[in-house]
Amino acid sequence: MASDLSDLYQEILLEHNRRPRNFRTLEDATHHADGFNPLCGDEISLQLRLDEDTVGDVGFQGHGCAISRASASLLTQAVKGASSEDAMAMFNEFHRMLTEPGAELNYDLLGDLEMLAGVIAYPTRIKCAILAWHTLKAAMDGEGIATTE
Amino acid sequence: MTATNGDPHGSSYGALTADDVARIRMDFPVLDQLINGKPLVYLDNAATTQKPRPVIDAISNYYLHNNANVHRGVHTLSQRATDDYEVGREAIRRFINAPDSSEIIYVRGTTEGLNLVASSYGRKFFKAGDEVIITGMEHHSNIVPWQILGKEIGIRLRVIPFTDQGELLMDEYEGMLNERTRLVSVVHQSNALGTINPVSSIVEMAHARGIPVMIDAAQSIPHMPVDVQAMGADFLTFSGHKMYGPTGIGVLWGRADLLNEMPPYQSGGEMIRSVTYEETIYNVIPHKFEAGTPDIAGAIGLGAAVEYLEAIGMDRIAAYEQALMLYGAERLSEIEGVRLIGTAENRGGVLSFYMEAAHAHDIGTILDAEGIAVRTGHHCAQPVMARYEIPATVRASLSFYNTTEEIDALIKGIDRVIEVFG
Repeated sequence: MASDLSDLYQEILLEHNRRPRNFRTLEDATHHADGFNPLCGDEISLQLRLDEDTVGDVGFQGHGCAISRASASLLTQAVKGASSEDAMAMFNEFHRMLTEPGAELNYDLLGDLEMLAGVIAYPTRIKCAILAWHTLKAAMDGEGIATTE
Repeated sequence: MTATNGDPHGSSYGALTADDVARIRMDFPVLDQLINGKPLVYLDNAATTQKPRPVIDAISNYYLHNNANVHRGVHTLSQRATDDYEVGREAIRRFINAPDSSEIIYVRGTTEGLNLVASSYGRKFFKAGDEVIITGMEHHSNIVPWQILGKEIGIRLRVIPFTDQGELLMDEYEGMLNERTRLVSVVHQSNALGTINPVSSIVEMAHARGIPVMIDAAQSIPHMPVDVQAMGADFLTFSGHKMYGPTGIGVLWGRADLLNEMPPYQSGGEMIRSVTYEETIYNVIPHKFEAGTPDIAGAIGLGAAVEYLEAIGMDRIAAYEQALMLYGAERLSEIEGVRLIGTAENRGGVLSFYMEAAHAHDIGTILDAEGIAVRTGHHCAQPVMARYEIPATVRASLSFYNTTEEIDALIKGIDRVIEVFG
């Protein structure tokens, strides 16, 4: 049973969809990966610049639904300035937020990512929200390609 | 005005009435439920149709009373199972007006039918430099088997382009036919656009050069009369689950003289006449292509589905769905920001559309919250999406159990999308 739609499509999420942050290519990227959701055709290309072990800059391009686009936008805001270890900790917490009902979560770590919590009620859309994070991990691991399948 | 291919069954007996549809809906128990607190509006019939009670009962009856393997035992249950399995085959022969029931090969579905022909016919008769013609609106299942074969033996795939409305450019097709063409394999009704292709003309032009034609009838056979002899086809394949039958069963029909020339597709039990370690003699058609224990319950269920459709009448189904589709297309075209994809003159009950304001998946989620089931995405036809330079569409696909009230619910659902996405 889906919950109220307004839990999913919060105004701030829709705003990130309309005007995604860091929707650009980087001139000085050190890492990048392309993410695909083969079920729905969503594509994202994510670039980042690691300064030592810190995410100095990050940007994305591509097309997808509002959930995947807002999630990518929020990701870029969340990880910029974070260490790669912290970024992966965020991914882990974000993943738990979407897949473990009633989990005790570290909301300080999640920050604005919390606005995607409503996705947990829509199992078919979890992959949309998580695609950007898989792509980030692939970029950091030097794998180049990420897929939700 | 009925969506027929111009065959002799084309005369109209008048469309279904609202009372007819109300009675028909009672045959489909699944339709009577609430989804997210709203009455289910099932508009994903091109993906799979719901199953009427007689189909469910036929499958239950087989498992409750007659379960046994077919063509094996001398005992009574085996005889009953074999009889019902073969009655299904004869029902399908009658339904598509095939000359002989031995030409009806049970497969898992359209995908397997296409793969069987590519693998068996293609490997035997194609050589490097040969060409296979398909249309630009094929499902991936009528693209990939030929590509795999192409890599293996070096055949070339030629693709008939189509207009913005979704109509094949027949002059281009004619220009593609040449002495290297070995097969034309085309979709009858496009799953993504709804276009009903002029298969009789396609066949005529190919046959003028002695080239056989395969028809993917997955999306046409549930919605209009299909007569393989009137059409003149050489192969035709379809899936049971899109025509109110169960999943896991489908049909490949082929002309007996072609099937007899073809090597087996899979091997094992059933498909043999005699086996020694030195040599195996293959069984006759259709058994040559039905290795292993088949989907007996599926075949029996499909036979029941065919009888159910015959009782309603394919002409009446086609006329009713056509009127419903035109109503839906008109309502959708009234909404600003909705662009219909696929507006061919001759098309079936598919309403595929695109909205700039919202991605197809978001639309699908919002519609689901209103109890409305539609397909969103590329519909396993990514080249079609590329043709229109869009990533995905929303597709509402119709059945004779759908109503104008359900189209109205869809329109209301789209209003809700516009509210959310502005």
